[in-house]
Amino acid sequence: MPSITKPIATHPSLRRNELGMTIRDYEGAMSTLCAGCGHDSITAAIVRALWEISAKPHMIAKLSGIGCSSKTPAYFVSGAHGFNSAHGRMPPIATGANAANRELIYIGISGDGDSLSIGLGHMCHAIRRNVRCVYVIENNGVYGLTKGQFSASADVGSKSKRGEPNRMSPIDPVMLGLSIGATFVARGFSGDKEQLVPIMKAAVAHRGFAIIDVISPCVTFNDHAGSTKSYLYTRQHELKATETDFVPPASEILAHIGTNGAVSVTMHDGSVVRFKGVPKDYDPTNRRNVIAYLEEHQGKGEVVTGMLYLDETVPDLHEMNKTADTALSKLPFEKLCPGVAELDKLQKEFR
Amino acid sequence: MQQPISDRVNDFAIKLANVNGTGSASANGLLMQAIFRMGIPVSGKNLFPSNIQGLPTWYEIRVNKSGYTARALDYDLMVAMNSQTYARDIHEVRQGGYLLYDSSWPLDNALLRDDVTFLGVPFARLCNENFRDSRERILMKNIAYAGTLVAVLNVDVDLVAALLDEKYSSKKALRDSNHRALRLGYDYAKDHFHCPLPFHLETMDANAGKILIDGNTATALGCLYAGATVAAWYPITPSTSVLDAFKGFCEKYRRDPETGKNNYIIIQAEDELAAIGMVIGASWNGARAFTSTAGPGISLMNELLGLAYYAEIPAVIIDVQRVGPSTGMPTRTQQGDVMECAYASHGDTKHILLFPGNPHECFELAPQAFDLAERFQTPVFMLTDLDIGMNDWVVPRLTWDDAYKPERGRVLGADDLEKMAKFQRYTNEDENFVAARTLPGVHPKGSFFTRGSGHNKLGGYTETPDEYQEVVDRLLKKHKAAAKFVPEPVIHGRGDSQFGVITLGGCDLAVREALDLLAERGVVADFMRVRGFPFNQTVEDFLQEHDFCFVIEQNRDAQLRSLLTLETAVAKDKLKSVLVYGGFPLSALHVVDGILNSLGTPDTPEFSTAGASMPQSQNEE
Repeated sequence: MPSITKPIATHPSLRRNELGMTIRDYEGAMSTLCAGCGHDSITAAIVRALWEISAKPHMIAKLSGIGCSSKTPAYFVSGAHGFNSAHGRMPPIATGANAANRELIYIGISGDGDSLSIGLGHMCHAIRRNVRCVYVIENNGVYGLTKGQFSASADVGSKSKRGEPNRMSPIDPVMLGLSIGATFVARGFSGDKEQLVPIMKAAVAHRGFAIIDVISPCVTFNDHAGSTKSYLYTRQHELKATETDFVPPASEILAHIGTNGAVSVTMHDGSVVRFKGVPKDYDPTNRRNVIAYLEEHQGKGEVVTGMLYLDETVPDLHEMNKTADTALSKLPFEKLCPGVAELDKLQKEFR
Repeated sequence: MQQPISDRVNDFAIKLANVNGTGSASANGLLMQAIFRMGIPVSGKNLFPSNIQGLPTWYEIRVNKSGYTARALDYDLMVAMNSQTYARDIHEVRQGGYLLYDSSWPLDNALLRDDVTFLGVPFARLCNENFRDSRERILMKNIAYAGTLVAVLNVDVDLVAALLDEKYSSKKALRDSNHRALRLGYDYAKDHFHCPLPFHLETMDANAGKILIDGNTATALGCLYAGATVAAWYPITPSTSVLDAFKGFCEKYRRDPETGKNNYIIIQAEDELAAIGMVIGASWNGARAFTSTAGPGISLMNELLGLAYYAEIPAVIIDVQRVGPSTGMPTRTQQGDVMECAYASHGDTKHILLFPGNPHECFELAPQAFDLAERFQTPVFMLTDLDIGMNDWVVPRLTWDDAYKPERGRVLGADDLEKMAKFQRYTNEDENFVAARTLPGVHPKGSFFTRGSGHNKLGGYTETPDEYQEVVDRLLKKHKAAAKFVPEPVIHGRGDSQFGVITLGGCDLAVREALDLLAERGVVADFMRVRGFPFNQTVEDFLQEHDFCFVIEQNRDAQLRSLLTLETAVAKDKLKSVLVYGGFPLSALHVVDGILNSLGTPDTPEFSTAGASMPQSQNEE
């Protein structure tokens, strides 16, 4: 995560999580992104969230495609297994990885080029399969590594650095996800880590595929006047629809939190997402209601953020397929091979 | 070359011309299976269109007591049940042969031949009189012609009846209809024709220890026995039935008796890019995973195949080859993906290929594909073809050794990692240039970063020339080392041979028959069927030992020959092609003609090829 080199020694006063690890243990290599890049703030939120929930680093698989966003898995949890794959293809690779071993935490990091153009189909189908995976779209409306072309999330009228306006309508991962049955939909802003951390934690606890679209301004190619994905624009237009707390499954903590939240959703693992603040006409478990709210406010040019939609009732990939409770990769061969006696019996059918 | 049409027992070919979607496949399969159970060597080739209903489809059955069951090219009996193709079909009957047709309507005189005997049975009329339901009338016409064939070819009628009982054991109404229809055709033939015809069947005992199975089923069974737990695929002809069969086997053998849960997962992906991505993700995570596809799927998979190759992740890809380029002819057969698979993906890549020659080998080589993929941490392709994959073959019973232990390759466990100071992904290679890998979730020290971008031997990102080259040079050595582990070629030497003949895959039977036919004419050649790439020393030796070799394959561009010239020491001009690539299964006659034409020898049995030399010009069919 760090964008500056930090000393290896950790201060003894650094807080430790349930595993006795400090937040430094969840950091990764030094970022090579541009100074001020929104992606680094997202990385920081991921680091904090994983530290706070005491995730075992080696039980985390962090996967990405190609692009600026996809570089970031190198910058968090160096003790996790990383897989920087091919442009747009991370969802199938994460799906296969999850299919083989359902016991790991999967963190997919993607960008708007990766997820909304070259890998759009893959993302949609991962949503449909409800693969249990945190799926972060670091969305800046622009291709960074290839120097500033519009991406598919660029808003109509948003201007490139050279002043050309985009005329094609954007693909909004939030509305798209809602329309094809996504079970966890959130939008954040890289400039607001406090909002992002509980969303990340809830996403890890989620039963299936958790999309987190994070507006993450590109300081080099898309942070100028006329851009609708700049820091200034986002700050001026952000509408925080919800404020959430994530409450881990331990009951003694629940007791401290109290019950003054507007809506609480119990996650599959027993943890709770508590919506502290939601507008009075908003129900984060009602898809039609959420879509109507988003259409109304996005129509006014507002960037609606927060934990937007949550459905814990839909089975994930493994539940749909009734797969073994343990990782398929750990099944002993004797359980998998029917052996010679069965082969002899079976071959009577081939006569 | 052929015996007279009289006195031929268990040596003839018939062709059945049908309309697809009318239920002819079950009648044709019934005949094939009955002949198999009579102990006679037999093959059935389904020549079908890429269509659901209404287009011409053919089925060819060849019986041969000596075991030559490659596709025949002329037919003793044509079952002409499709008026659309009648004019074409009548021409394929050999002189003195027979044609069975539906005499419910008169035949067009223009389509008669006086050197062919016509057997008319009013199938439509008989079925209309005996069945009420219109769909049943159409379906039962097929069983009725099967009944006629049972009579005229001397198929064991009790055996056919028993097969119907087995097939419809739980569907009484259907069983009764089938028996009635069979009888209609059978009795009509017995009443009106001299049965059996001069060429016909007599029970033999050539099929003890044999089974009747298609390659896709055998491949699926091989993957099951190999312990594959993750299959990801996208539907495509002609490989779809691999996954259909795998699903069936998994439902039967992989449902945990205690928990009722599935010890497998099959994912129908959104496309082939995703299918291979899922296989790579699952293999990266330690499962045995595979995909099954055809050429167009391999084209789409190219991108991620390079990732698996470079990041050194196992993957098993079954390619049931069909005819390209592009959509090509999806229901026709070729070995047209050899080069595509050998070098799939951009940049410097080389892959391990396996070429089974029949369904028995599909079962045998599928576990080897997984063993090789995991031993060498790389994609392995098993290339079958439509003829092997979708047609029923008579092959030796499948065998399995319960002592088999999957070769999982160099994977460090928690104990290994605990003892290590530091794990570095691409270091400490073994004698086969394979470095140990780790699986996610096993041990904190096992973590590393998998990447398709430039990396050094520590697994770190690099753009430094030496570091990049060090890794890709090892990959090349690793690929070469795999030559010692791929299956040996099948070689039949004859002594005093004048040249070698090399082939692969489904060409096997036709080429071997052709070499026997050539030997009868004094043209003696040694046979080699390659079964793996990279080519091993045995292949090199065969090439060295022969002054020249023919390479017989089903594609336009001589892909196996190209691969041999690129990847062995053989001089290019020592290899000559016989290429048959129209899309139907290979016949021995193609091979005999191709070789004789190429040798420039007169087509007479007396001709001696003593001193035959390498022909000068290419003569590619």
